[in-house]
Amino acid sequence: MTQLYISVVVNGLMIGAIYALVAVGLNIIFGVMRVVNFAHGEMVVIGMYIGYALWKYAGLPPAAAVPVAMVTMFAAGYIFQRLLGNDFVDKPQHVQFVLYIGLALAITGLNAMIFGPDPRGIEAAASFAVYTIGPVRIDASRLHAALAALMLIAALWAWLRFSLTGKAMHAAAENIVGGRAIGLRIPHLFALTSGIGMACAGTAGALIAPLYDTTPYLAGEFTLTAFIIVIIGGLASLPGALLGGLLIGVSEAIAALFIDPSAKSLLSYGLLILVLLLRPNGLMAAGRGPR
Amino acid sequence: MMIGNLERRQLIAAALFTTVAAVLPAALGDFYLTVLSLVFLSAFVGIAWNLMMGFAGQLSLGHALYFGVGAYAVAILSERYGISPWLAMIPAAILPALLGLAIGALGFRFTVRGVYFALLTIAFAEFARIVFEHWSFVGKTGGLFLKALTPANQPLLSLRGGATFFYYALLLTMLAAWAVSALLIRSHVGYAWRAIREDEDASRALGVKVLRMKLLAVAISAAFTGIAGAWFALMNGSLFPDSVLGMQMSINLIIAPIVGGLGTLFGPIIGALIIVPINEVSRNLAQSFSINGLNLLVYGLLLMVVIKVAPQGCWPWIARHLRLSSAGWTRGPKA
Repeated sequence: MTQLYISVVVNGLMIGAIYALVAVGLNIIFGVMRVVNFAHGEMVVIGMYIGYALWKYAGLPPAAAVPVAMVTMFAAGYIFQRLLGNDFVDKPQHVQFVLYIGLALAITGLNAMIFGPDPRGIEAAASFAVYTIGPVRIDASRLHAALAALMLIAALWAWLRFSLTGKAMHAAAENIVGGRAIGLRIPHLFALTSGIGMACAGTAGALIAPLYDTTPYLAGEFTLTAFIIVIIGGLASLPGALLGGLLIGVSEAIAALFIDPSAKSLLSYGLLILVLLLRPNGLMAAGRGPR
Repeated sequence: MMIGNLERRQLIAAALFTTVAAVLPAALGDFYLTVLSLVFLSAFVGIAWNLMMGFAGQLSLGHALYFGVGAYAVAILSERYGISPWLAMIPAAILPALLGLAIGALGFRFTVRGVYFALLTIAFAEFARIVFEHWSFVGKTGGLFLKALTPANQPLLSLRGGATFFYYALLLTMLAAWAVSALLIRSHVGYAWRAIREDEDASRALGVKVLRMKLLAVAISAAFTGIAGAWFALMNGSLFPDSVLGMQMSINLIIAPIVGGLGTLFGPIIGALIIVPINEVSRNLAQSFSINGLNLLVYGLLLMVVIKVAPQGCWPWIARHLRLSSAGWTRGPKA
């Protein structure tokens, strides 16, 4: 019995690491521009389809799709922000909401047109390999994906903290007017932010492509999960997103075991409501309220 | 009472709209009447949501909760317990209002504001959807179905009937909701709401009972939305947790008032007149070419275009050109 619990928690932590990468993307966009990307889950699904398409039509291994998804989604995010997104940064929330919902619906429609509504999955040879540590068996492809996600989060954290561009993004998040005054190229920084945020989601999608079947309609659930994590972890806090991701991963795994697999997010919403009421700024808030 | 030039124009426009709407069924087939019924339903919910967001400035992205609870209330009470739908409309309005009060009280007490409040409303709606999907009393994911109509059906008793019946029923409901909201906006409640929308802290300092006014907005909005859900259940004949309580419903409910023009009385109606037909046309397009997903692509792209061209919504633009507005009357909430 203990064995079951340990493997449930370990599985939850692994999927939680991937969720964390998705949420980090949402958090960066939210933190720097105060824009809620309601199309974030769609970016994950695009990443999954990139993984599927490269495996199916080019015969590439799933790992090869990861850099492709990262670069493609970064470029897509950057271009979207320059063309359209930047006009909406200072608009009211509900106006941004319609833009991103429109984007989300269009992407879902496009995905359905290209790949059809049926689930698409990768049947990779590695799918059945396991590591055995003591009494616990860990799915190898899951572990690799989780480790890759954790490394990417760490690398992004270091880049945001130590690189000049990362610092400039922090500055733009703190104070746009001040940032302009010292000569920051705000439109470029916002586009970079959007590119990085969407690249996080796309990369996470490519990482889980070998684990789950893809349908165009998965996106909404990813978006909502990422929201929950960002709010639980704390706005504009990268470690918070990581903590939130792991927490939600485990809570989903536990709810799936004890209640019902289809009720896996019940516990997450309960947690979200509690956190919103007791600590509205999240568990690891950056100490800054809404702008 | 003095009636100014502007108000006369507005009255004429309203009378014209009502007259055209009243005689239309003579000229249109059932399909168009059904589409127009959906327009009225969407406008009705839009008016309800607009009271809370457009006037009181409280962003709710979880209105599907109220819509779904209203729908389930009327379906369960009338089908399972044989209670007249007329009576069932009362709990269909009161239950959502109580839920709205509870969520609002929790959120406002703990000073959950802005986007956090919006996410709180999503959380409660999604929580309810998942609970409904696993609750056998409400039929789990299998949903609920209303009995097929018999030839002896009396539309005025069962509140169910053909396309013409729903057309008039929803037209009247929408007009009633519009009238209530017009009265509310001109009352001191409406002024208090707008004061809160513009600056909550300042209006509290001026003596506006902020918490009470915000709760009132949520309760009225939720009650209207519950009634809309009840009509949806009667019209549709079937309901599932995912279709009435899901995130997609919350999104659909609020697009029309935003596109029409937030914080304006006519915005939700104009928005519904634009959005519902776009939705229907793009769905038919996808069906006739049998291309899966084409409807979502068209609808999504159109939403992006509309919000890019008219971020304030369409009504302020229309009103300016028909000279139906003065400054201030149509002004939406600030950022």
